Amino acid sequence: MNRVSAIDIRNVTKAYGPTLVLDDISLKAEANEFIAFLGPSGCGKSTLLRMIAGLETLDAGEIHIGGRRIDEREPGARGVAMVFQHYALYPHMTIRDNMGFGLKNIRMNKAEIDRRVAEAARILEIEPFLDKKPGQLSGGQKQRVAIGRAIVKNPDIFLFDEPLSNLDAALRMRTRLELAQLRRRLNATMILVTHDQVEAMTLADRIVVMHDKKIQQVGAPMDIYARPANRFVASFVGSPPMNFLPVSVSEGANGAVATLGDGSKVTTRVKGLTDSASWELGLRPEHVRVSDQGLAAKVEFVERLGERTLVYARLGDGTALTAEDEGLSRVKMGDTIYLKVDGDAAHLFDADGKGYHTPEVG
Amino acid sequence: MMSPKARREFGNFLFVAPYLCVFLWLLIWPLISGMGLSLFKADLFGGASFVGFENYSRLLQDPVFLQAVGNTFYFVALTVPALAIIPLFLALMLNRATRTAAFFRGVFFSSSVLSVTIVTLIWRMVLMSDGGFVANIIGFFGFDPIPFLSDPNLVMISMSIITVWWCLGLPMMLYLSALQQVPQDIYEAAALDNTPWWKQLTHITLPAISRTVVLVVIMQCVLQFQLFGQPQLITQGGPNGASRPIVLFIFEVGFRRWDIGYAAAASQILFAIILMVTLAQYFVASRREGRGR
Repeated sequence: MNRVSAIDIRNVTKAYGPTLVLDDISLKAEANEFIAFLGPSGCGKSTLLRMIAGLETLDAGEIHIGGRRIDEREPGARGVAMVFQHYALYPHMTIRDNMGFGLKNIRMNKAEIDRRVAEAARILEIEPFLDKKPGQLSGGQKQRVAIGRAIVKNPDIFLFDEPLSNLDAALRMRTRLELAQLRRRLNATMILVTHDQVEAMTLADRIVVMHDKKIQQVGAPMDIYARPANRFVASFVGSPPMNFLPVSVSEGANGAVATLGDGSKVTTRVKGLTDSASWELGLRPEHVRVSDQGLAAKVEFVERLGERTLVYARLGDGTALTAEDEGLSRVKMGDTIYLKVDGDAAHLFDADGKGYHTPEVG
Repeated sequence: MMSPKARREFGNFLFVAPYLCVFLWLLIWPLISGMGLSLFKADLFGGASFVGFENYSRLLQDPVFLQAVGNTFYFVALTVPALAIIPLFLALMLNRATRTAAFFRGVFFSSSVLSVTIVTLIWRMVLMSDGGFVANIIGFFGFDPIPFLSDPNLVMISMSIITVWWCLGLPMMLYLSALQQVPQDIYEAAALDNTPWWKQLTHITLPAISRTVVLVVIMQCVLQFQLFGQPQLITQGGPNGASRPIVLFIFEVGFRRWDIGYAAAASQILFAIILMVTLAQYFVASRREGRGR
């Protein structure tokens, strides 16, 4: 249905005055791929998206779409459509005119414009609003119109700049689902900028984790989650974040053995460690379970989420640790509990923050 | 005893009372007494006799007054569109965060802080046919000086140029503040929509600042109908009354001929003209807005 095209970002650099915001970024996306730029605010993810759209200039590097270099073209001549965070609908035009405006500007014939607007309105279920103005619509409806305005252009690439951040929690979840369905229907290349890891995990084929002007890791959602390239990715992806415990490491039969501050040992299956001045053991809360035996810890706080319970505890040597228990947990604040660590799922991080993981099976 | 509601309202009233007193005393009372005065034949020494609407009927047959009305409308027609459009384009050009733009914003606004005396002094030196700035320049190229201030066909145009130069700062500032309220992402969406610059102006910028355009037009109408200082100081209404606006007519009748009743009647007519023009614009603008909704 759509022309397929990949995007190729080559050595892109951007600075605002003396402040470097993107440092030598390179990235490729395949046709029909859904890519999410994920990172904390100020990591440059929106800037990168706006560079693809043509709303920011590049200081160095090139951007190609479908084999054509587009970074020197006008925004409208790049074959991209963008959905803005605050929708950016034209307030004085009807929804119909909002959607058709870009097509009128390229002198498309009226019948074709009408056909495309009607089709997009049908897909997005905004037909009843076509003759209203943006001011009469709710946030969710405006969001659909903004998406509709992108769809009618039939672009090579859809760009979404934090499209769900202005919606309330329930609507955000619904819109997220709809976005996933829309994606399947449109079969187009999409790039989503978000600081919400759930959005990135659920929507994207691949996640580009960005931090501190650079790409930290590119990978499939579960890959990012299970094999974070470094300490930043490990701490940013996953909620509650991964536990980091300072350890000393020795070689074991099946992998590295980590010795905690209180002398207790965790046997991991991590192999191929290099020399490092210090090590941290990375443990996701779901891999630290409340049990009858194991590491002794004092409970500082308990969060009951219904289907599971998060236990914030402190080990004998003062290290803080988040553990998981079943939903009907009887753990209380002040209790002394024992934590069973799943060493098979443990990660190790060296002094530079580089991650080491259990080798993949197969 | 007052009910709590009445007491609260009385308290509110006390807050506006000082202004209300000044407003009634200095604006409403003169307006009403002016209306009353226009029905008398009166002079500055207190002698007054009731003449009904005679002052008005005299005015409508007074060629000097009718010429002044014509001059005033001509002047408004020359200045108000210019003062609505030129500052808009200045604002569009200067609506950016560069030092140069800030410098020129200051330059274009600077004329507004001058008093009418200084403005007319400057422009008399520019436009004088005898040794004026423009006369010297065109004289250098061998042309005769243009009688900007003594040709009945040119004098009102000269007044308009002076007035536009003097008054464009405030509308420009109003436009600039309106332009800065327009969300930037709409322009970004327009750029992705391949919008040419003129369509961006007509479809996005102008609709977004339409309230300010209406405000500027109404404000300039009210101001420019009251033209007085420029012709009073430069030409005294001449040549042949060609630059005499209504306010100058009122001034001359009231304070030179001391015919206060007659001047008051002319003032009421000016008041009525300004009121009607303003209301007409307001209704047209609000109806268009209502339809746009």
